[in-house]
Amino acid sequence: MLYREAGDFKTSYAADAQTFPLAFDRWGYWVLLALAALVVPFVVNDYWANALLIPFLIYAIAALGLNILTGYCGQVSLGTGGFMAVGAYSSYKLMTAFPWMDMVSVTLLSGLVTAGVGLLFGLPSLRIKGFYLAVATLAAQFFLVWLFNRVPWFYNYSASGQISAPERELFGLVLTGPNAASAVQYLFCLAIVIALAWFARNLTRGTVGRKWMAIRDMDIAAEIIGVNPLRAKLSAFAISSFFVGISGALFFTIYLGAVEVNSAFGIQKSFLILFMVIIGGLGSIFGSFAGAAFLVLLPVVLKLVGVDLLGWPTTIVAHLQLVVVGGLIIFFLVVEPHGLAQLWRLTKEKLRLWPFPH
Amino acid sequence: MNAHTDSFTTDDGRTIGGTVLDLRNITLRFGGVEAIKNISFDIREGEIRAIIGPNGAGKSSMLNVISGFYVPQEGEVWFRGEKRPQMRPYQVAQQGVARTFQNIALFEGMSVLDNVMCGRLGYMSSNILTQGLWWGRAAREETENRESVERVIDFLEIQAIRKTPVGRLPYGLKKRVELARALAAEPKLLLLDEPMAGMNVEEKEDMSRFILDVNDEFGTTIALIEHDMGVVMDLSDRVVVMDYGRKIGDGTPDEVRSNQEVIDAYLGVAHD
Repeated sequence: MLYREAGDFKTSYAADAQTFPLAFDRWGYWVLLALAALVVPFVVNDYWANALLIPFLIYAIAALGLNILTGYCGQVSLGTGGFMAVGAYSSYKLMTAFPWMDMVSVTLLSGLVTAGVGLLFGLPSLRIKGFYLAVATLAAQFFLVWLFNRVPWFYNYSASGQISAPERELFGLVLTGPNAASAVQYLFCLAIVIALAWFARNLTRGTVGRKWMAIRDMDIAAEIIGVNPLRAKLSAFAISSFFVGISGALFFTIYLGAVEVNSAFGIQKSFLILFMVIIGGLGSIFGSFAGAAFLVLLPVVLKLVGVDLLGWPTTIVAHLQLVVVGGLIIFFLVVEPHGLAQLWRLTKEKLRLWPFPH
Repeated sequence: MNAHTDSFTTDDGRTIGGTVLDLRNITLRFGGVEAIKNISFDIREGEIRAIIGPNGAGKSSMLNVISGFYVPQEGEVWFRGEKRPQMRPYQVAQQGVARTFQNIALFEGMSVLDNVMCGRLGYMSSNILTQGLWWGRAAREETENRESVERVIDFLEIQAIRKTPVGRLPYGLKKRVELARALAAEPKLLLLDEPMAGMNVEEKEDMSRFILDVNDEFGTTIALIEHDMGVVMDLSDRVVVMDYGRKIGDGTPDEVRSNQEVIDAYLGVAHD
């Protein structure tokens, strides 16, 4: 009964074009933000922050990035893991080469470096589409991982071939390294996620977003109404890689602390992010969050239910997770190609009319 | 070739100006097939110019040459007094040529409003950073262009479906939305590729009304391809008739109607 547009009048085009047109949604959004920023950091313990919240936030950034490229601009990419690696290694090189640099700048610069690399690997998209482009981005994935494995300069000639994040402070609080408090790390990630999600939303509701979606829906018609396909596709690659790079940087500096490129940024990571986007919903900001939350939560829930509650062996549960994810992908592709976001949208449409749908 | 520079007023009070588009000796080949053979004609400012002809006559190819999809092997395209160099279709669009397609080419995943807003792309120039921050010019442009888009939406009477995803609309409305997207660009030249194909009589009447109103109120120059003879003869100021890639007639509807070659092409002629 509360969820209504009745009485919520718009008197300007700006008000009509806002992200949450219903007052109820707007309030819900602000309450959620306040909870996440003001309550969660003070009640959460290390386990929940490290196992759930921080990976959720970091994956959400990567999913946003891939969603811009695949969901909004229609360019399939299997190189997400490789681009995350670019972000991680740029942040490592920046942190070690310029120890005075603060973490916000390090993270943003890593994103910019990745944007440049993404732009380069986006060039083939001007000539090839669909499966063929997917294969080209797959090449990027393997090439980048190979590069970070084989060129010692990237891991500062360390004997193990690993990179590990040195300790850095932000506003006097330890942010990276083993001594960091997880609440601080959580807040740092949260701030970046909020800023980036807002940025992505603004892009996708404006001119750039329309150009991307025009290319996605029908590239010939897009060109005939004046979209320069070169600029539209490359900007999608750059912005997407910027997001993915930041996600990779945080994945390394905040979440893992030490990284070996094969295990952290291999092809599995590319697929994981792609699954998040597909399950969450292609072409939806909310979907990126829903997909990330779902795939981060799933292993934890399965472990809780399978291992702790039912007493199954860990290996069985790990395999079961693969089965469940695979099944869900097929389910969503067949039943609801627009993912959780579409289910959410339909729910809201029903709610508006509830309880008198006629 | 001498372009028209004089202007005159028609019986119903519209002003027909100088030449907007001048096609000179256009020849287009696909391999060994000559789709367009040495065709010249012009389109004058403010007029409704029809291109007609039987199936396979090369009408759509002609439109594709104008909108930059096909590059003719021979001949020149003069647009607004200047010879047009070879261009990509998006550059042609940026010059002020908008078009609709025979089989609707809307963006199915977007709402009607977003589709029509796409027509305004040429008027929005804020960069990605300001758009991402929704700041200054980006936000201002969005509102300004929304106003002109709303005028088009009012004009074509599609207010009620403004926020509906295009994929959910019936065929006739989709055609109208496509016209809206082209109109939103405030084109110097509007190309309509069979705007009434597949419509029933009532929808055809509506669409004819809209085409005339567009021409009348905005003074838009229109070139259209159409099969329905009755409609073409009523709507257009001048008609080009094509057959097998050749131009067989050019003139007012009355002149064309009485042209023997045109009658032969349409009714067939006894070969003995």
